[in-house]
Amino acid sequence: MIINGVTIDATFAEAFPMKATRAIITAQNEKWALIAAQAMTGFATSVIACGCEAGIERTLSPDETPDGRPGVAVMMFAMGGKTLAKQLETRAGQCVLTSPTSALFAGIDGGIRIALGKNLRYFGDGFQISKVIAGKRYWRVPVMDGEFLTEATTGQVEAVGGGNFLVLAESQPQALAACEAAIEAMRKIPNVIMPFPGGVVRSGSKVGSKYKTLNASTNDAFCPTLKGMTKTDLSPEIESVMEIVIDGLTKEDIALAMRVGIQAVCDLGAAKGIKRISAGNYGGKLGPFHFHLQEIMA
Amino acid sequence: MSALTLTLKYRPDQRVDMSPLVCQHLQDKDPAEIAAIELQSGKCKLRVDALFKLSGSDTQNIIIRNSFEKLDFIGKELDGGNIIVEGDAGAYLGLGMKSGEIKVTGNAGLYAGCEMKKGYLEIAGNTGDFLGGALPGNKMGMKGGLILVKGNAGERVGDHLRRGTILIEGNAGDYCGSRMTAGTIAIMGKTGRYLGYAMRRGTLLLWHPPILSASFNDCGTHTLAFLPMLFKAFSSINSRFAESSAAFNRVQRYAGDMAEMGRGEILVKK
Repeated sequence: MIINGVTIDATFAEAFPMKATRAIITAQNEKWALIAAQAMTGFATSVIACGCEAGIERTLSPDETPDGRPGVAVMMFAMGGKTLAKQLETRAGQCVLTSPTSALFAGIDGGIRIALGKNLRYFGDGFQISKVIAGKRYWRVPVMDGEFLTEATTGQVEAVGGGNFLVLAESQPQALAACEAAIEAMRKIPNVIMPFPGGVVRSGSKVGSKYKTLNASTNDAFCPTLKGMTKTDLSPEIESVMEIVIDGLTKEDIALAMRVGIQAVCDLGAAKGIKRISAGNYGGKLGPFHFHLQEIMA
Repeated sequence: MSALTLTLKYRPDQRVDMSPLVCQHLQDKDPAEIAAIELQSGKCKLRVDALFKLSGSDTQNIIIRNSFEKLDFIGKELDGGNIIVEGDAGAYLGLGMKSGEIKVTGNAGLYAGCEMKKGYLEIAGNTGDFLGGALPGNKMGMKGGLILVKGNAGERVGDHLRRGTILIEGNAGDYCGSRMTAGTIAIMGKTGRYLGYAMRRGTLLLWHPPILSASFNDCGTHTLAFLPMLFKAFSSINSRFAESSAAFNRVQRYAGDMAEMGRGEILVKK
């Protein structure tokens, strides 16, 4: 398949089940809501070493948030429910509770209930106040700038992590420009995050390593500087490869995000140095969710 | 199917225990069986059809017409369904109510919404003492749900209130919020003496400056983020509390009762 001069490989992205949750952070203005959200979702690019994958889903207007202030929806993904709950609590406590004027609310009403502010309330040292409003429990924790208002719990749901595609380009600036275009388009899709820095990862990995202590290492088949040294997947004109990883609530959400992202890359086309779109997989042995690129773009 | 309508034929001299006539007890009963139910009135038992003219058959929607202040225990432990009382209700209206809705077009007596657990209770007129309170000797009053009083409330509103919300558009009597453990009472009108007497936790939300006991301490003026959410939760009810002009988030905060645990608060609109 070729779109606008860009070859779409006959391969698939392989994804696996994860647990996900969403939280809504509000603040006096969007600037401070974003600061709290960026802190909360920082160092959360990959479950390999971060404990969870997290990102900003989108900003919310005041009429979309529970307390009528500007807000940000953040999503977090982890391999297990306990890890997710722990990561959520730690990050909420250290990054949102501490952020000026912030408030924290559930972003998912259904699912298994996990603690959001339920345990952060103890920071109030006995001065915390519970309020049940419209059937939901909130905690008012006295802090130095006033009160930190937080919902007690949020929902944990089944989700999908690890959707991806690779952008193969003639140069590094062209690969990055294509990925930026893809991310801009994909951020408009609900229920997905792209957890890597700016949504883009330049160090795609393969499973295993020659070093026993590592369970992941550089994806040498897609490293352009190794073309003559390893079993490469790259043709001579490819000089740079970048990857976009997507976590989503459902496989349909990921498929839609991939389609929109790949289309944005293809819109730049071969004229802008984009040669191929590929995807990372493990031969179909690791994850039950397979996103075939040509089916997605059909 | 039209609502089961009980129209009072005459006003008995003795008080009447209406507790058998709640939706869950009448489910699957035909009109003849309902007519044969006996209600305690003083030392006597009165058949339902001796006291009321019956019409309709939807037992999940009950209308009590010509009601007066001696019909006690209306909606006792109601667990789903709707009851509309046209006229006044006696004491113990909605006692221990578990879910569902009760609406009274007139006044209600003592202990309305007493030890209520969930659901919605609306009283268009005034109500007696111990609204949403605990029965004498009990330690826990209302534990959940919403009570709306459009008129005035008597003394000891929310005595031992544990959870839930009481909204009063009019005035509240003395000892409002006494011995509260938690929950919210909002009063648009004036409040009496000994407001929040021995309250441990919970919120009293006032539109008018109260007469405060010495055991409440001023914590200053604040903008509280939870208040807009609280008012938003009232937006669907038929009340002045639902009007956007009623909402505010700037309050004077008083903490108390310092003679007790002292974790309660009185918030006064600024």
